[in-house]
Amino acid sequence: MFQSIPHADAILLKRIKIQSMAPPAQTHRSPSPSQPSGKGEVSDLKMQLRQLAGSRAPGTDDAKRELFKKVISCMTIGIDVSSVFSEMVMCSATSDIVLKKMCYLYVGNYAKHNPDLALLTINFLQRDCKDEDPMIRGLALRSLCSLRVTNLVEYLVGPLGSGLKDSNGYVRTVASIGVLKLYHISASTCMDADFPATLKHLMLNDRDAQVVANCLCALQEIWGLEATKSEEAATERETLLSKPLIYYLLNRFKEFSEWAQCAVLELVSKYVPSDSDEIFDMMNLLEDRLQHANGAVVLATIKLFLQLTLSMADIHQQVYERIKAPLLTLVSSGGPEQSYAVLSHLHLLVMRAPYIFSADYKHFYCQYNEPFYVKKLKLEMLTAVANESNTYEIVTELCEYAANVDIPMARESIRAVGKIALQQYDVNAIVDRLLQFLEMEKDHVTAETLVLVKDLLRKYPQWSHDCIAVVGNISSKNVQEPKAKAALIWMLGEYAQDMQDAPYVLESLIENWEEENSAEVRLHLLTAVVKCFFRRPPETQKALGAALAAGINDFHQDVHDRALLYYRLLQYNVFIAERVVNPPKQAVSVFADTQSSEIKDRIFDEFNSLSVVYQKPSYMFTDKEHRGPFAFSEEIGNLSIGAESTDNVVPAQRIEANDKDLLLSTSDKEESKGSSHNDSAYNAPGYDGSLAASSQADLVSLDYKPTPNVPSATFAIDDLLGLGLPATATPPPSPPVLKLNTKAALEPNAFQQKWRQLPISISQETSINPQGVAAMTSPQTLIRHMQGHSIHCIASGGQAPNFKFFLYAQKAEEPATYLVECIVNSSSCKVQLKIKADDQSTSQAFSELFQSALSKFGFL
Amino acid sequence: MISQFFVLSQRGDSIVFRDYRGDVPKGSAEIFFRKVKFWKEDGGEEAPPVFNVDGVNYFHVKVVGLLFVATSRTNLSPSLVLELLQRISRVIKDYLGVLNEDSLRKNFVLVYELLDEVVDFGYVQTTSTEILKSYIFNEPIMIDAGRLPPLGPAAMFMQGTKRMPGTAITKSVVANEPGGRKREEIFVDIIEKISITFSSSGYILTSEIDGTIQMKSYLTGNPEIRLALNEDLSIGRAGGRSVYDYGGSAGSGAVILDDCNFHESVHLDSFDVDRTLTLVPPDGEFPVMNYRITQEFKPPFRINTLIEEAGSLKAEVILKIRAEFPSDITANTILVQMPLPTYTSRVSFELEPGAVGQTTDFKESNKRLEWSLKKVLGVSDHTLRAKLTFSQESHGNITKEAGPVSMTFTIPMYNPSRLQVKYLQIAKKSKTYNPYRWVRYVTQANSYVARI
Repeated sequence: MFQSIPHADAILLKRIKIQSMAPPAQTHRSPSPSQPSGKGEVSDLKMQLRQLAGSRAPGTDDAKRELFKKVISCMTIGIDVSSVFSEMVMCSATSDIVLKKMCYLYVGNYAKHNPDLALLTINFLQRDCKDEDPMIRGLALRSLCSLRVTNLVEYLVGPLGSGLKDSNGYVRTVASIGVLKLYHISASTCMDADFPATLKHLMLNDRDAQVVANCLCALQEIWGLEATKSEEAATERETLLSKPLIYYLLNRFKEFSEWAQCAVLELVSKYVPSDSDEIFDMMNLLEDRLQHANGAVVLATIKLFLQLTLSMADIHQQVYERIKAPLLTLVSSGGPEQSYAVLSHLHLLVMRAPYIFSADYKHFYCQYNEPFYVKKLKLEMLTAVANESNTYEIVTELCEYAANVDIPMARESIRAVGKIALQQYDVNAIVDRLLQFLEMEKDHVTAETLVLVKDLLRKYPQWSHDCIAVVGNISSKNVQEPKAKAALIWMLGEYAQDMQDAPYVLESLIENWEEENSAEVRLHLLTAVVKCFFRRPPETQKALGAALAAGINDFHQDVHDRALLYYRLLQYNVFIAERVVNPPKQAVSVFADTQSSEIKDRIFDEFNSLSVVYQKPSYMFTDKEHRGPFAFSEEIGNLSIGAESTDNVVPAQRIEANDKDLLLSTSDKEESKGSSHNDSAYNAPGYDGSLAASSQADLVSLDYKPTPNVPSATFAIDDLLGLGLPATATPPPSPPVLKLNTKAALEPNAFQQKWRQLPISISQETSINPQGVAAMTSPQTLIRHMQGHSIHCIASGGQAPNFKFFLYAQKAEEPATYLVECIVNSSSCKVQLKIKADDQSTSQAFSELFQSALSKFGFL
Repeated sequence: MISQFFVLSQRGDSIVFRDYRGDVPKGSAEIFFRKVKFWKEDGGEEAPPVFNVDGVNYFHVKVVGLLFVATSRTNLSPSLVLELLQRISRVIKDYLGVLNEDSLRKNFVLVYELLDEVVDFGYVQTTSTEILKSYIFNEPIMIDAGRLPPLGPAAMFMQGTKRMPGTAITKSVVANEPGGRKREEIFVDIIEKISITFSSSGYILTSEIDGTIQMKSYLTGNPEIRLALNEDLSIGRAGGRSVYDYGGSAGSGAVILDDCNFHESVHLDSFDVDRTLTLVPPDGEFPVMNYRITQEFKPPFRINTLIEEAGSLKAEVILKIRAEFPSDITANTILVQMPLPTYTSRVSFELEPGAVGQTTDFKESNKRLEWSLKKVLGVSDHTLRAKLTFSQESHGNITKEAGPVSMTFTIPMYNPSRLQVKYLQIAKKSKTYNPYRWVRYVTQANSYVARI
């Protein structure tokens, strides 16, 4: 549409290949009168610019300004005006700074995609870099560095070098960021010119605090990215956290702008102080930052305080008390957006230490005009802080929301009441409230409440009498949502003996089998009717027959399988069937958390970042190269998360699959748990082996695992992953001497995946030779040492005294891999090892080998 | 560091668009706008200020109907970016006098100039209007402020009293008055947003005042200013749970702030001694101090709701509001809202005889009753009767199907906390130097709710 058409008089343009860009999407929108939109207008502009280019008549600059404005306006709304590039450059010979600025903006926008044209601008930009006005020098240098054209980097080095030495602070701030820009265009040019060293010098000596701040930001980025390539850069990156630098920055703290203060605070929060005096000095120095009106400064300070005091439990708690008021003030002042960001952080803290906030529950009451995402956070906080003394008031408040006309809010509030009920000991009053919800006769309220009543009954079977009386009055016709329907059906089956018309309600539901769209509901229906049959056979027999017939013909695999299983079980022996389908149950006492504590800790470590708002650690939403200046060490954390959270990630998914059921297991799974408590049933005498085998096969396909009562969660998880039961019982035959592959290779991704999948086969503490520690000036020395023993490092990080390594090795003759997490404390000379292995039978042998290699470290 | 900054109009057009790092793919503005417009995640209907699409983080704040957006690929501090967006909007407002779509479109070159100095390669350089002055060369193009609908907290002063010249608050920090001379003046606004929840029996369940002392200075030469607050002001409450300890003390006693924070220019050296803030105000608008009070205060309005069933398909709602502030004070733009049962089909209203400036409406789409009053004088009562017709029989208790009643209003020259600026002292440069000083108070409803 807007292809640039070379004019006949475009002598200049002959040499330049004009790249036409894709027509912008929004050009069909009606533009405002001041914004030209068409091709005609772009060529019009071109003509007019050309006329003005050589003119020295008075008023030319004003005319130019108007034209430049039009060009930039086009650019903003997405019209490609790159065709006027040469005219813009020709017009840029001016002393009018406003014109210059517009020209720079234009050039910066198009240079990257028109590198040939960009060459035209180098000349005047370089000249401006030597202007006597520091403003012009700064502007020109900034534009020069913003061209983002690889071929032109050679022109940058000179002006940048003099910019860094400029007598004017403004030019130096521009130059220090300019170095970073150059690094991103051509890292090698930047490193070859030794700019990082210059930046470091400026950072330590410049009198302009903004220059210092810019140097710090630039160096964090540059060394962070270089650290993966060179050891030297990794060391440099470490020095950013050295005591002298941290103290230097803190001493100049008050000079920095509020934004630079945020950057410094973020850096300091990674510093590990040597003793508690240092910690208190820092906190006293920075305490007034908690009263800053800028939420970012306050949160950065809080992060620092929390990190500093992590190992000092009582002080840590004092910090919580201290930061409460400032956080609450920030939540209620400022715009709703900033308030949300702060509230997310408050939410995190409340979840970590609810007891500290339990007296402040009224601050978490929802206001009617708040957006849903805010209310949701507040409901979670209310749920968390509920304790014996405030539950009554909190639940009363929540009941108000439950009656709210806002349906999502009403639902969340009911869930919150349910969660409080599940975490309290005295639930008497809450159960009454929940039952009152059922009497409100609002379908969404009834639906949510039914799901909760079901969960409550599983934890507090003693309430069944009260609940059943109310639930029995609900017409199943008023319950349409699958989850609620499933809950009601579960109760009908479970309490068939107490609910008089249970068989008939089930029967009518089975009559409508064809209309029931949800497989979940049909599965529940099958189980419920079988359970009902055990209690009240004559009344249920007809319904049972109909259900089994319908189930076996069901197109859904799980429904079909379950119906067939029940049918065969019943055919074989009704009593055994009952023991399988409806064994005696234990009340559920433990609640699954949707997030593992490792993930939560990880989010806590990433305090004052998006992780807190998204409620997930950064590796879940950020690409590796964008994880910030300390990406590498974060990756290690990431790995360790992958490791320890195995037993939690999967349940989390399962919970999702079960549509956020409050309890870990759905009723079916609970039954399987029940059966596992009762596993003697499977060894009952006279149990036909062949049937057992076949039914077991069915059981497995239905997720009814006759798993022996395994204490460790990881086994069950491995099962869910379909890895099969690990060879738990059989002790490995003593392995032959282990040989490792000297040329083992493993991709980081593969490592991460394996680490997540494999269970820990050996976890132990050992010690390292003090000479070894002395030799460990940097993690690299140990890495090289282990490499000599065919054990390779995939990631390492940390600062003295704590270093963390992820290592791997492979067997010489077969592709079996060993993964090791090794945490070395250089002050205590302690080493913690976690070993995972493809071939678990040899992990002990490997562990010995590893430790012997480690013990030789330091005797070189 | 942020990657891009842009401002979108309500229709989604980019008014300004600045790419700082070039690491976010093209089309981010469209992706963002579509996401915000059709947000349907997590059960909510409104997009949160921060979200992630395909690895790009989008931050936004809404300012006068415009969307100020930043994008980033890195895991930044959300507070920092959202605060930055707010500050950018404030800096732009300082320069343009009035911030709206029209003024932005007219001044986009100036805005680009500002953006270049505020952020470099994604790192914030400065957001101080004061510092920026020396780098900015474009002159703002003024738009006719007189014809604009009033927006923002400052605009509330324009309706009630005639004390303020209307143009003062919409004046650019760099523009000169017609006639070439700059008027020396300084504005100090005490803005209090109040939240109250009344129980169905009229008892106050929760109450909070969120206050700001906002300053806008047009003084040349940046003289030092002393701002004295109530001498008996105290900060911090023991235990934090004593919401009702001071019940009944609403007419007397000290002002007790739960907590407060300050602008970085404020020196607190003598604050502990005589409750005086010392500062050299930078140019432009900024909050000197934010504070929070949960001490009980006298609510400016009491709301009474009565619902009477009249047969199975009819009911009558009687809403009564009573202004409890002094009679020399007037509240503006009062709006009372109440959700009605979903099966309400028709509503007929009956206002008091002789009611002036009151309108009523039944919003069919969300079944909401709306009653607006232009003005309410202190110590006065107003009543609305609404006859409801239902399309189906109500099952039982109508009060469970309706409400709560909420209210919004503005009360100029009144603040429930009784926090005061006792004096505003400007360091004198000469004997004749006597700038205009405006100290203004205003109260706004934040969440003012009565349950029924």
